[in-house]
Amino acid sequence: MNRPDILELKKKAIEIRKDILKMLMIAGSGHTGGSLSAVDILVALYYYKLKLDPAKPSWKERDRFLLSKGHGCPALYAVLADKGYFPKEKLWTLRKFGSQLQGHPQIGLAGVEISSGSLGQGLSIANGIALAGRLDKLDSRVYCLMGDGETNEGQVWEAVMTAAHYKLDSVCAIIDFNGLQIDGFCCEVMDMGPYLHKWKDFGWNAIETDGHDIEKMILSLDEAEKAKGKPTVIVAHTIKGKGVSFIENKVEWHGIAPKKEEYEKAIEELDGELSKLTK
Amino acid sequence: MAEEKLQMVPTRDGFGKGLLELGAQNKNVVVLSADLTDSTRAIWFKKQFPDRFFGLGVAEQDMIGTAAGLALCGKIPFACTFGVFASGRAWDQIRISVAYMNLNVKIAGTHGGISVGPDGATHQAIEEVALMRILPNMTVIVPCDAVEAKRATIEAASIKGPVYLRLGRSGVPVITKEDTPFKVGKANLLREGKDLTIIACGQLVYDSMLACDLLAKEGISARLINLHTPKPIDREAIIKAAQETGAIVTVEEHTILGGLGSAVAEVVVQSNPVPMKMIGIKDRFGVSGEPEELFKYFGLTPSDIVNAAKEVVSRKK
Repeated sequence: MNRPDILELKKKAIEIRKDILKMLMIAGSGHTGGSLSAVDILVALYYYKLKLDPAKPSWKERDRFLLSKGHGCPALYAVLADKGYFPKEKLWTLRKFGSQLQGHPQIGLAGVEISSGSLGQGLSIANGIALAGRLDKLDSRVYCLMGDGETNEGQVWEAVMTAAHYKLDSVCAIIDFNGLQIDGFCCEVMDMGPYLHKWKDFGWNAIETDGHDIEKMILSLDEAEKAKGKPTVIVAHTIKGKGVSFIENKVEWHGIAPKKEEYEKAIEELDGELSKLTK
Repeated sequence: MAEEKLQMVPTRDGFGKGLLELGAQNKNVVVLSADLTDSTRAIWFKKQFPDRFFGLGVAEQDMIGTAAGLALCGKIPFACTFGVFASGRAWDQIRISVAYMNLNVKIAGTHGGISVGPDGATHQAIEEVALMRILPNMTVIVPCDAVEAKRATIEAASIKGPVYLRLGRSGVPVITKEDTPFKVGKANLLREGKDLTIIACGQLVYDSMLACDLLAKEGISARLINLHTPKPIDREAIIKAAQETGAIVTVEEHTILGGLGSAVAEVVVQSNPVPMKMIGIKDRFGVSGEPEELFKYFGLTPSDIVNAAKEVVSRKK
């Protein structure tokens, strides 16, 4: 795969963040922090790694991206619109009555692979997709993005065992490890201990990286694909609310949307970043 | 009916045979099991089609999610475990990963009801019909015998969307034949009658037949309906029964809260209210014991059905 222009991807990530904030501001509710933390991961996937054709969303041989942390859907929607799965205008209908852009993702909207929102369910589905791919002798990969708090769920660890047991090397779990969950810092709410070790001990190839460094994300995704005979997890260290100073690392920004003034201030910051990159 | 001549076969055996037939017919049929492969009879499929069998260990939630992933790729997964675990342990997974996406996942819950016997309350599923039928897109089938179970299994594979099959552990009389009409969502009229209608599902259809015989001896003419599909429910057959016979007794090996009786009542009260009585387990957990003892203890015997029938007939205006 050709090396992408990292600078262009960085600019793309800022544009996506701006779209997310606009969607949330118009919607008046939604999950700002966990959407912003996932952006660079999604950019590395959708603008570099995933084998996709937006004109053929149900192409059998595509790679699949599962947003198990369904509350981060504004980030997914913004990326899908930019990739051409649906018109960008749809983004401004987020969470509104009659919109396909449900508060948590629902299949039926082009590009959305699973309905999600009840946490901890995506990785099992990823395993099922991988097993089907093995039966059908497809050369496709399946990526499943989870939050770190989400991995409190017992089902995740059931699925972790299954993926290792069946040696599902086409499965790549990605953890948006932003360190915060609804009740506070993850380590205080439910300390999961040596995190990477847990996955390794369960038989996974485990990689740790900076989830906001698109270049490193890309290298990690390539490394994941090379691992044979075992699934890979990429623990991507991120900052909840990344990109907007007054939202970053603030627990209260988990489940609220920016008001108009906050939105304008955020856009100003992001435009500032964008112009730095353009210079 | 000559009782002693009837073959006794568990409905789970019918399911296992159905799976074997499906496996040979359709390579997209796959089977998942949560460590109860022998008990659920999924083992028959596993032996025949090992590449299409996936054991998940004691992990029902993961099994349902894995089945959802397989279904998203065009497979027709049958996820098998005991009814208590299938319907209860993995309910949210069934709700979101299966029913909300309307995926083609078939869930086989064996060991349904108190006929599980000595294992006791933890293993006696008496809530599955309620838990499953409240989910949009879900079809719920409760076969009355092994032949019907086999046909329900085969038909389930051709239904687009999720299906829950309620199956039993113990041998039950085989009362249907391969050519008995069976269509999902269409109730089977087993006996004509004019004084009341008994609507039953599962193994208690047979006991309801015995009750009809007892009632006939006392001059009461009971219609008998095998309502093998609590959802989608055959409204037409129920409304017709209410109109033509004027009284209804429902019979199920399940809690009376939310099961077949409730489903029938929902139709009756909104169309043509008539006296009704529900035979089932009355808002309590099961206990250990032999199935025979338990049916007696919980009031699910032919004579209980007869008493209920007489009561509703007496309440007719």
